[in-house]
Parts: sequence; structure tokens; C-alpha cells
Amino acid sequence: MKPAFTFRHMVIAALIVGLALLPLYVALTGDRFMLTLFTRIVILAMAAVSLNLILGYGGMMSFGHAAYLGLGGYTTAILSFEGVHSGFVQWPAALAVSALFGLAVGALSLRTRGVYFIMITLAFAQMAYYLASGMARYGGDDGLSLEARSTFAGLMNLSNKTTFYYVCLVLLFASILLVWRLTNSRFGMVLQGVRSNETRMSAIGYPAFRYKLTGFVIAGTLCGLAGALIANHTDFVSPSMMFWTRSGDLIVMVVLGGMGTLFGPVFGALALLFLEQFLPHLISFIVRPFNPASAAKAGEYWQLVLGPLLLIIVLFARGGIDGLLAMLSDKLGRKVRP
Amino acid sequence: MSEPMLHVENLAKRFGGIVATDNLSLDVAQGELHAIIGPNGAGKTTLIAQLSGQLRADSGRIRFAGDDVTALLPHKRSLLGLARSFQITSLFLDLSVLDNVALAVQAHAGHSFHFWRNARKDEALRAPARAALERAGLADRADWPAASLSHGEHRQLELAMALAGQPRMLLLDEPMAGLGPEESARMVTMLRALKSELTILLVEHDMEAVFALADRITVLVYGRVIASGAPDDIRANAKVREAYLGETDKAGADHV
Amino acid sequence: MTLFIEQCLNGLQFGLLLFLLAAGLTLVFGIMDLVNLAHGSLYMLGAYFAATFAAWTGSFVLGAVLAILATLLVGMALEVIAMRRLYGRDHLDHVLGTFGLILFFDELVRLIWGPGGLSLPVPPWLDRSIEILPGIQYSAYRFAIIVVTLAVAAFLYVLVMRTRIGMLIRAGASNREMVGALGVNIKLLYTLVFGLGAALAGLAGMIQAPILTVQIGMGENILILAFVITVIGGIGSIRGAFVAALLVGFIDTLGRAFFPQILVELLGRQAGSTAAPALSSMMIYILMAVILVVKPQGLFAASSR
Repeated sequence: MKPAFTFRHMVIAALIVGLALLPLYVALTGDRFMLTLFTRIVILAMAAVSLNLILGYGGMMSFGHAAYLGLGGYTTAILSFEGVHSGFVQWPAALAVSALFGLAVGALSLRTRGVYFIMITLAFAQMAYYLASGMARYGGDDGLSLEARSTFAGLMNLSNKTTFYYVCLVLLFASILLVWRLTNSRFGMVLQGVRSNETRMSAIGYPAFRYKLTGFVIAGTLCGLAGALIANHTDFVSPSMMFWTRSGDLIVMVVLGGMGTLFGPVFGALALLFLEQFLPHLISFIVRPFNPASAAKAGEYWQLVLGPLLLIIVLFARGGIDGLLAMLSDKLGRKVRP
Repeated sequence: MSEPMLHVENLAKRFGGIVATDNLSLDVAQGELHAIIGPNGAGKTTLIAQLSGQLRADSGRIRFAGDDVTALLPHKRSLLGLARSFQITSLFLDLSVLDNVALAVQAHAGHSFHFWRNARKDEALRAPARAALERAGLADRADWPAASLSHGEHRQLELAMALAGQPRMLLLDEPMAGLGPEESARMVTMLRALKSELTILLVEHDMEAVFALADRITVLVYGRVIASGAPDDIRANAKVREAYLGETDKAGADHV
Repeated sequence: MTLFIEQCLNGLQFGLLLFLLAAGLTLVFGIMDLVNLAHGSLYMLGAYFAATFAAWTGSFVLGAVLAILATLLVGMALEVIAMRRLYGRDHLDHVLGTFGLILFFDELVRLIWGPGGLSLPVPPWLDRSIEILPGIQYSAYRFAIIVVTLAVAAFLYVLVMRTRIGMLIRAGASNREMVGALGVNIKLLYTLVFGLGAALAGLAGMIQAPILTVQIGMGENILILAFVITVIGGIGSIRGAFVAALLVGFIDTLGRAFFPQILVELLGRQAGSTAAPALSSMMIYILMAVILVVKPQGLFAASSR
């Protein structure tokens, strides 16, 4: 038997506590930037959690997940532009639009397999991208600014950055709870069965398509909510949030953190955005002793390091961060127990 | 006489120019263990695939327990109580042994659009799954990942999954394939125990097992039935000896 | 009418250009079963090399030849260093690994050439119009593109269908073990095929350099079009890629040119001109969706993958 509370669990607990206490740190240090950064991390983690439901648990290699971020965001921004500011209208609308898009895309794309599925989901996301670019009334290529953040009849004020952070955090934890329940439910067992061996699932009596489609729609809907949040966070939406490389980022988060694990996507989002934020400084720091003059400049080229890093992770650390933690837990556990 | 459990009438299937099933008719009575033997390429696996619905026959009819299932998809047949095990093990390797069987139980427990309750703690699924594992002799492996089982245990797991839906009839495609003598003997014991409860159609190369278990045997050559009858009749049948037993399976022939 | 013919030629030219990209992708897909997102980076490199070498040598043609050779070498090196480690892994690994390579190449280009972008002027001897049909003038450079890409397509056809290496390529697409059993050096074959795909992408980039600005990220948009083409055509099928590339080239070009007018006629000025830009960009993706619904393996499915 494994010990009930492993090193991995400790890290996850620390992560939860750390995220919950972040505003306290910000209040003490006055480091407002960290609050902005972490709000972004939390929202993107939520998007990654939703992608993980179909990619990690369902084995559906969707390459168009950023479309839902855009759809949720645009729904919110367009309603705001048209004078509807209530979040009670905006957010359900964002969910509904994402769900409908997911239903249409899923119904068509889940008939295909392998590379075809990857490409068709990507193509549909590109369609959403071009649709947004073409909407001249809503800013076209230039995007659309939110006049005001979503209002909730005085219940909460999202313009307060701390409040907004906590709203996002609660929704992230709610998403994780949802995914946890889903994946352990009968539905989730079917989803994992399909990932593992779809032919066999059909053979023993499961209409796999229906279950996959349901999972696909749930994941899209959840990501649409993340989209509504991100529109509120940046007070701005643009087609570029749906460009295919954004979908790539989400996949990177899921795999980097650990596919098919509850907290993996959160680790992944944290790691990717941290790398984005701090890798430049790290590179400058390493280069400085050798060549002080170009140290700052070297930091600008951080993606030169990140790119091959991704390749190396793919090649040598498929379990992602969560897998690494599990491995460490095993080692530590063995040390403690003779 | 009551209607046979499985009734196959004039079944035919060709792949291009090759006739895999040639106007084949077959009855399997309720409660009998009916073995299908024949040399390689006789169309045994093709027959199983048509019976279970993975392959659609070109013509002919299949009745199962009184229902015409010719046009039904595999899972519909499985819901009627016609279960198959696969020749090449086809399991959910990254799930636990118990999860594998529980999924098979769940397939027969109505739709699976239940999103909230923990299925891994649902006794309605877990108890029958554990019972099936018990019958297949795998109770002590329930929590192992399916990938970590031995080849023989994979076969047992296949059997447990087929049993999980509480089928009325089992289609077993070479359950002994690749098993060592000891594992084979265990499988024979298990099948003999099951025989009293179920109708079984067994495709198998292991003649010793076939003659030890079967109530009736049908011999297939090039997709055609060349003989069908009790094991003793088949042993004595000259056509069978000539077409099959004598030349292909030395050990089997000696045994005969 | 003149406009229509000119747009048809533009469609043909664009389609043939896309074919260069899609052919490399589909070869690599079909033979190594590798999803290579970094294909667009090779296209970008081709364009940067062409602009640089043409400026160095002072000759457009020499610059172009050097650019193609350079992309070929980069492609082969990339295969040896990174790609061959991805063969046999699942598509998710390919997507992630090559996504990482995109980041790497974009940044590498920024490091070497700076963020500004380059331009490659059309050489004077091609910078004019020629009368290709009585009364119809067409850009000499674009006409040259059509001629060159058609020649490359013919070369590819002969290479794949008529030569020993092509036979190996086709055999490799359907039966990896068989080629291995024949004692062919499969590693070398793969390196060459990848290099060939890279060179084709480099050629496409080089061709586009005088038409578009040479800039970072230029591969990312066109890569998706190339993927759409390989999927419509059927993965692994060169012929499918050719047909699909022309289809996409025509529909995209003609759609952008005439679809807005049609929409205005149909929906009225207001609604028509609002919907047109979005719809004409989306047309190719709608086409792909329709084709995949009807034929989930593409038009010319080479194998069941």
C-alpha cells in the first residue's frame, strides 16, 4: 500500500494554500504585478483543466481549445458593447455559446480519428478566429475593449482586483472539483475506457461517440467560462486569443503539468507562465558572469531555451510535473519505510 | 425440442475473391459447449466476428435466443446476452483489473450518463465485477493495473469481462492461445465450471482441451462445415481425419 | 472577364505554391507518420535565406538556389538531431515537440536577423507584365512561379512514381518493415525525405519572399492551410495534396475576389459587406469540414491511419 499522504499531496496542498494566500502576500509587499500574473495563471489553469478532461482523461487530441476562450470572451465583450453588463446574462451566454460551438464541432470532428481529428478541431478554431477578425462592428482584427467588467447586482465588484482574483480562484477549484467528480463517475469511467481502448468499448456495448461528444461539450463549456473571465481580466478581447498557437499553449500546459491528473494542468499553467515571466531573467543571470554587456539582451531570447525544453520534456518526461512529484513521493516514501 | 440458443442459417462472407464463410449453417443448443475447429484459415475467427457483429455477413441469417440479430450492431447483441472474448487480448491496459470488469458490468447497467456519483465506490458495479473476477480466478489481482498481468491472466481477465454482463452465451475465440500447459489446464477447469451455467461457442486449436470440454464439435474447412457431431463421431469421421486432424496437428491426431 | 482570368491565374499560382508546402508535409506524414508543425518554420527560413543570399550574391537566381540548398541542409540536420527521436511516438508528442521547435526557430530568426523583417525585390527581368493571352497581361513573376512550381510538381511525380527511391518512398508509406527487410538504409531514407520536404518548404518561402514581407511568424498562417490541404487530400497522398492544393488555392483566391460582390447581391449592401470578409476567410475551413464529414479519410486516402 502507498502511504496515504505523500510528498505529492503535500505539494498540492501547498499549492492550494499558496494560491489562497497570494493576496495576503500582495497586500504585505505591495507587489500588484504578482496579483495580475496569478489571476492570469488561475484563469488559464482553468482552461487547461477543461482541456485535460478531454485530452488527458478522454484521449481526444483537440487542437482548437483556445477557440472557447475567444468565444466566451467575445460573448462577454459583445454583450457589454451592446449595453448588457450583467454577469448573470453575460456568463451564462458565454457558456451557452461555447456549448453550442462545442456541440457542432464535436458532432463533426469526432467522426474522424488521429491526425484528422487534430486538424479538423484546429480548422474549426481557425474559423472562429477568422469570424472574429471579420466582425467589423466589434473591432475586427483590432479586437474589442470592454467598457466595464461584468456586474453582479452589487453582490461582488469584479473591478476590485482581489475580489476578481478570488472569484477566479473559486471557479478554478470548482472546475477541479467538477473534473474530479466527472472522472470518477460512471460517465468518467466510460471516457477513460474510450481513451484506453475505443474498439473494445464499442464491442462491450458503449456508443462511444455519444460519450465523447458529451465530454467534448462539457470541456468546451468550461473553457468558455474561462474565456469570460479572461475578457474581464484584460478588459479586452481580440482574435489573437483564438489563434492556433494559443491552443498549442493550452496543450503544453496540460502535458507539462501531467495529463489525466487533477492538478497537473494547474502546475502546467503555473510552470509555463512562470517560465514566460522569469526565464528571461534567469537567462540574463546565467549569461551575466560570462558576458555582462549582453546579459540583458540574452534574456530576450528566452524562447530559444523554452522551445528545446518542450522537446526535451516530450522526449524524456512524459508524466509531466505531476509524474515527477509522484516519482519523488515514491522515492521519499521508500526512504521513510525500510 | 426447444429452439436452439444460436441458430445460423446459410451465412456467407467473402473478402474479394476469398470465400471466408461459405453458406454456413449451425445450431448451438441451449446449455451446450459447442466447439469449432479447423485448420488455419478455415474462417473460424471470421465466423466469430460475424456472430458477435464486428463483421457484417454478406448474406444469411443469425438468430440468437429467438431474436433475429443479423442486422444488430455488436453492442446490441452483447446487451441481448451474447458476449465475446477476443483472440488478441483487447483490454483497458491503463486501468485496474477491477475497473476493466466494472466497465463491462456498467455496459449492461443502462446508460452511463451519470456524472456525479463515484463509480469506483458503486457496489452495484463493483460487487458483480468482483464476482466475475472470482469466477475467472483473478480475485487477488483486482487492484493491479491490467498492464501488469501475465499473458495467462490477461486471458482470464478477458473471460471475466465476458462474464461480467451475465451473458446467456459466450463466444470464446481461442482462449488457450499462447498459454503454457499449466495455464491451459487452469482455463479448462474454469470453462468446465462455466459450462453448467452458460451456452458456449468455443473456437480453439488445442485439441486436448476441445475434446475434453465439448458436447458437440463442428469442423470448418475453407469456410464450410465438413462435419458436425459429438466428439466421438468427429474422432471417427474419415473426412475430418483426412482434411484436418491427420495432417495438421500431430499431437491432436495421436490423441484422437 | 479579364479580371476573372487574372484571378484564376492567381488562384492557380497560390494553389501550386501551397502544394509545395503540402507535399513536404504529406510525405513526412505518410512515410514517417510524423506531424510536423515546424514545417512552417522551414518555409520562413527559406524566405529569410533567399532574401539574405540574394543580397549577398547580388543575384536573385543564385540567392534562390543557395536558399533551397540551405533549407535542405537545415531540414536534414533537424531530422538527425530532433525529428528521428519522435518517430513511433504518438501524435501528441509530435505536436508538442514540434510546437517547441516553432518557438525555437522564431526566436533564432529574431536573434540572427532582428525583429524587423526583410524584403526581397523582384528581379528587374521579372518585374513586368507579359501578354500571356491576346489582350491579357499578367505579372511575369507570378507567371514564372506557375512554371517553376509546375515543373517541381512534375519532378515530384516522376520521383515518386518512376524511380527506385520513389518506390521505396511509396513502399515505406505502406509497409515500413518490408522496406527495412529489403536492407534499405531506412534512417538515411527518412533523412532524405525530410530534407526533401524541407527544401520544398524552403522553395515555397523563397518564392513568397518578393510577394510578402519576410517576417517572423510568416509560417504559422500558411502552415495551417498546408495542413488543411493534406487532410482534404488524404494524408500521405501526393496526388491528393496536388488536387486539394489547387482546390484551396482557387477557392481562397476567387472567394476573396468575388464572394463579397456575390454576398452584396444576395444580402444587400449592408449585411453583405459585413459578412463578406469573415465568410471568405472561413470558406476553406468550411470546405474541409464538409469534405471530412463526407470522407473522413480525405479525398485520396492513402492508408487507413
